[in-house]
Amino acid sequence: MQKSLNISPEKCTGCLQCELACSLEKEGSFNPAKSRIKVIEFGSMGRMVPYTCTQCADAWCVKACPVNAIVINHATGAKEVIEDICVGCKVCTIACPFGTINYSQATGKVVKCDLCGGDPECAKACPTQAITYVDADMTGYDRMRASAQIADAGAQA
Amino acid sequence: MAWTEKILRVNLTAGTCEAEPLNMEWAQKYLGQRGLATKYLVEEIDPKVDPLSPDNKLIFATGPLTGTCASTSARYSVITKGALTGAIACSNSGGYFGAELKMAGWDMVIFEGKAEKPVYLSIVDDVAELRSAEHLWGRSVWEVEPALKAESGDPQTRVSSIGVAGETGVLYACIVNDLHRAAGRSGVGTVMGSKNLKAITVRGTVGVAVKDPKAFLAATADAKAVLAENAVTGEGLPAFGTQILMNIINESGALPSKNFHDVQFEGAGKIGAEAMAEPRASDGKANLVTKQACFGCTIACGRISQIDKDHFTVVNKPEYWGASGGLEYEAAWALGAATQVDDLECLTYVNFLCNEQGYDPISFGATVGAAMEMFEEGVITTKETGGIELKFGSAEALTQIAELTGKNEGFGAEIGLGSKRLCEKYGRPELSMSVKGQEFPAYDPRGIQGMGLTYATSNRGACHLRSYTVASEILGIPEKTDPLETDGKAGLVKAFQDATAAVDSSGLCLFTTFAWSLDNFAPQIDAACEGEWTAERLAETGERIWNLERQFNLAAGFTGKDDNLPPRLLKEAAKTGPAEGKVSGLDVMLPEYYSLRGWTEDGVPSNQTLERLGV
Repeated sequence: MQKSLNISPEKCTGCLQCELACSLEKEGSFNPAKSRIKVIEFGSMGRMVPYTCTQCADAWCVKACPVNAIVINHATGAKEVIEDICVGCKVCTIACPFGTINYSQATGKVVKCDLCGGDPECAKACPTQAITYVDADMTGYDRMRASAQIADAGAQA
Repeated sequence: MAWTEKILRVNLTAGTCEAEPLNMEWAQKYLGQRGLATKYLVEEIDPKVDPLSPDNKLIFATGPLTGTCASTSARYSVITKGALTGAIACSNSGGYFGAELKMAGWDMVIFEGKAEKPVYLSIVDDVAELRSAEHLWGRSVWEVEPALKAESGDPQTRVSSIGVAGETGVLYACIVNDLHRAAGRSGVGTVMGSKNLKAITVRGTVGVAVKDPKAFLAATADAKAVLAENAVTGEGLPAFGTQILMNIINESGALPSKNFHDVQFEGAGKIGAEAMAEPRASDGKANLVTKQACFGCTIACGRISQIDKDHFTVVNKPEYWGASGGLEYEAAWALGAATQVDDLECLTYVNFLCNEQGYDPISFGATVGAAMEMFEEGVITTKETGGIELKFGSAEALTQIAELTGKNEGFGAEIGLGSKRLCEKYGRPELSMSVKGQEFPAYDPRGIQGMGLTYATSNRGACHLRSYTVASEILGIPEKTDPLETDGKAGLVKAFQDATAAVDSSGLCLFTTFAWSLDNFAPQIDAACEGEWTAERLAETGERIWNLERQFNLAAGFTGKDDNLPPRLLKEAAKTGPAEGKVSGLDVMLPEYYSLRGWTEDGVPSNQTLERLGV
């Protein structure tokens, strides 16, 4: 069974613990600038929105890579960058419609979310369950459950 | 590790920015942020300096845990000699700016001198430079922040700036970062304005490391669990914010109202947390939009609010229709209860103005309360106010005076003096509810006796954040004491003052102390920092900081006589509620406090005390 990161912006408080956890895991220090998940703030709307790679099944980055440096981890479904093969051409960063694969000046390679091999640190670090890691086929379950409750309240009224 | 071990020294007169190593011997004695920056200030300025002269310095300081994954790791402080008080000033802020400064690789920035023309400091990692801010002078925080983000070319740049209040000399101007987070008290923004320094922009990509990452992750995870399981930090603050206190303090008979004439406010229910969450009759929407955390915070007490578009304060003013920083308890008290204005939308608007132009809502609201009392006495008339009917309970008057104060214009320029100078000017000095020139916050010392001693002895002038004995006396944290009794309060205040000074030097937020004791801080600090950091050592560090601040104030000209309260709190008994008939028992608590501190009867630290602490 593959799992997906499931993001609920309405639960996000903007604490950036996800960015801290990601940067510590991937870069070895607390450094949100290097995080692969970003919390985007829409201040005047009062919204904070965590955003990262959604691991497309048919991924633009994989198709665009001229040296086949981005491979599918079949256990997790993550698209992973093989650093030894990546030549830093950045074509994937052009191809990705979501902006979630980015070039690193420090390494000359691209970086993206790899779901931490199936145990994503961001989800574990989130204090409000705004980021969870759930069955990839059932990312809508919580919302269905909430909607069902509203529908049922209506039915009972 | 944890400390970046680097200081940025900016000489505004010469226009230079230079890196220098952090004094690690001092870091071991004073930890960081409040303590360590105070040590630098004490060593570098004459305590008698005019706060607004180029010889005063202004220090932005992070703590060793700022920017780490410890919960509430957002904090930075601004340390200077306060414009409002002439005492040591240390104002603490959250948001994201402080962590960004640390990420850029700096423990502190020390500003000295005065720029010839308005400037701002740009920091991108280790590259720092002063740039012209002439095009930003006269503009608000809300205009400057987006302008500087655009100018930097990086939307992830963080900004800390002053508004027009700081430029024009409102004596309690703040420094505002991330649009609505502020180093709020004592006029630190006024000092910044006096240096022609408009803003600091920072982008940090260096990151923060700690001594023992594995031990640090374990210690911070344990501490986060304690916060999550605590009723205040895990439930009350996230759900209601600090505004949960409004009804609690009112029922305790300790909600000062009408310039401390009363200890309860009948409009409290209309301006507290419950009212913020209630859908409005006018448009069916609640004032409260959502909660927002500061960097790293797993509590999330911050409120984000939206004003009813049809409310009289914002009609045809779309710039105030969006969501922004909402009321927290101290602001709601000062703007509302102190002035008897029970219009939640008006208070939210005025709070927006405080953030937009950068002035402290506590000192502002309390000063308006004093002015309203003088207006009702006839000491101040519409001649002085420029036609404003400055009556208690008038939302219109509060709104008009707030708009003027933000720009230091008209009668707003007098309100911008703070209550001490204003009341002296009109011959009624006893009506200023202040200590060392700084206005009281939201707790009446007649109903919460420990807060009387807290205010009287606070090194930065009246303040709740130097020893929040409300936690013990009202909320029972860490154990319940009787708010109406003076027994034991001297020891309680000393313990809270020392612990708070240590917490304020760590990079973490004081609000964690609803759940954490120093025993919860110690393992986190110890895993991050060199040196053996125990709870006992932290308490001693806090005591050392407290005495260092005290020594600065004594050298600046304050004496034990300034550890006092206005006569109203010592002579006029509370009229209603549980504290009815009570006055503050400061005269009983103060001598005991001096004795416990190892100070003389005049409030001077003895040589023995200073030697013991190594001050």
